Amino acid sequence: MGLQALFFYLFAFVAVASAFMVISSRNPVYSVLFLILTFFNSAGLFLLTGAEFLAMILLVVYVGAVAVLFLFVVMMLDIDFAELRAGALEYAPVGALIGLILAAELIIVVGGSTFAPEIAKNISMPIPPVSERTNTAALGDVLYTHYVYFFQIAGLVLLVAMIGAIVLTLRHKPNIKRQNISQQVARTPETAVEVVKVKPGQGI
Amino acid sequence: MDAFISTYVWPGLIMVAQSLLLLVALLVFIAYVLLADRKIWAAVQLRRGPNVVGPWGLFQSFADLLKFVFKEPVIPATANKVIFLLAPLVSVTLALATWAVVPLNDGWVIANINVGILYIFAISSLEVYGIIMGGWASNSKYPFLGALRSAAQMVSYEVSIGFVIVTVLLCVGSLNLTDIVNSQRDGVGTMIGLPGSFLDWHWLALFPMFVVFFISALAETNRPPFDLPEAESELVAGFMVEYGSTPYMMFMLGEYAAICLMCALTTILFLGGWLPPVDVWFLNWVPGIIWFVLKASFVFFMFAMVKAFVPRYRYDQLMRLGWKVFLPISLAMVVIVAFVLKLTGWSA
Repeated sequence: MGLQALFFYLFAFVAVASAFMVISSRNPVYSVLFLILTFFNSAGLFLLTGAEFLAMILLVVYVGAVAVLFLFVVMMLDIDFAELRAGALEYAPVGALIGLILAAELIIVVGGSTFAPEIAKNISMPIPPVSERTNTAALGDVLYTHYVYFFQIAGLVLLVAMIGAIVLTLRHKPNIKRQNISQQVARTPETAVEVVKVKPGQGI
Repeated sequence: MDAFISTYVWPGLIMVAQSLLLLVALLVFIAYVLLADRKIWAAVQLRRGPNVVGPWGLFQSFADLLKFVFKEPVIPATANKVIFLLAPLVSVTLALATWAVVPLNDGWVIANINVGILYIFAISSLEVYGIIMGGWASNSKYPFLGALRSAAQMVSYEVSIGFVIVTVLLCVGSLNLTDIVNSQRDGVGTMIGLPGSFLDWHWLALFPMFVVFFISALAETNRPPFDLPEAESELVAGFMVEYGSTPYMMFMLGEYAAICLMCALTTILFLGGWLPPVDVWFLNWVPGIIWFVLKASFVFFMFAMVKAFVPRYRYDQLMRLGWKVFLPISLAMVVIVAFVLKLTGWSA
């Protein structure tokens, strides 16, 4: 257990420290890079609890895709962050309230089993022991077998959001030359080539 | 104390030794892959290629290494020094880190984890950061534009690679790379009554996916004909413009390590890993690692031939191929394969 505790404290410390750096560093690009480090260490924490599938998916989805978009936006947009920061203190009470609510919920979830031990028996989908079912398969059971309709509906909601974003940003500019691959491939010598007999000294 | 030594120290030392062995073997392999790349390219164009350093130019890569190491690293005055130097480190570290889960033979793997293929997918999706960080930290227009192109390309083709991997996983029923290879012991060939042979491997059953994966692997590793990030004749060197000496060499090393990984992954997913091409005693007697290296080298030979033959894609054609051709094909194949497996009851 000693080694596991060591790694837990390593990952946890780096995660918290880099999360702090996300909000305190002046350069927004540094913030995003520290955010990536935070994700990385959270994935490490997932691994320590045996949730290897979640750890990898966290890396693929958040670090491999979402954070890349963040980085693009932060690098491309010319935002005056000093100006944004100036008014940040006005929102501090609201932020503190949200933080407090989140902390209370976390305490209830994590500490619930200590205050009321019978709660653990009410979990509808308890995680099967690792020896019986790998957690990839266990997650698959929950998502694709027991709750497949909810999963599909969630997917549809995301699809609608995606289509909405495309509709809002798609503009067909009239004067752009586009390549029509099927038209190009369907061309034959008869339709594409014209043989002209040019008489000397005349041109076409 | 004895328990501590036997549970932590010895396994730790053994793991370090294994990792060092794999790294050294891999780096030597990469040195010769680089040479092979240049030799094959030269042969197609009826040139000799590098032939001065050592017999037939065999030590060319090591001469290049020394040349890069002894050059002065130049860091642009306006560059962000920390990230500028971090970028090549990130790209080479990630490219080498993926090799931890690659099984070279039955049981020859440093970390035999349950979600091996996902680990490779996750780490190789992070390789885009080396490129973005390098392009941004150079603080110059050309590297930044090159980095944007490169990042968009890698993110696009990761999608179809993901779906190809999903189809293979559907057939195997496991995310463990060793299981994926072992599941290819029987397949199409044994189903029609033949003894175990190369017909059982996934390349035949999932042929469209094999093609999609091969082309996506070219695009993912920025190989020609998809080498738009560093198209020498139009963009100078893309995101690497400002890099020289050792940092540049590390980018190249990372790139070739990623290429070798893609060759190994093609071998594992589609070409039966360390399994011999025909299940007879004298081929079984050859160690699996030799079959693995032979197959991976063959895939690399295909990579090199494509580089020599095919002209570079235009950027909009590249995006069209990724999003409008490969994505629908691979999505449809996921659905078809899932249906076939379910209806015929072949699924594991």
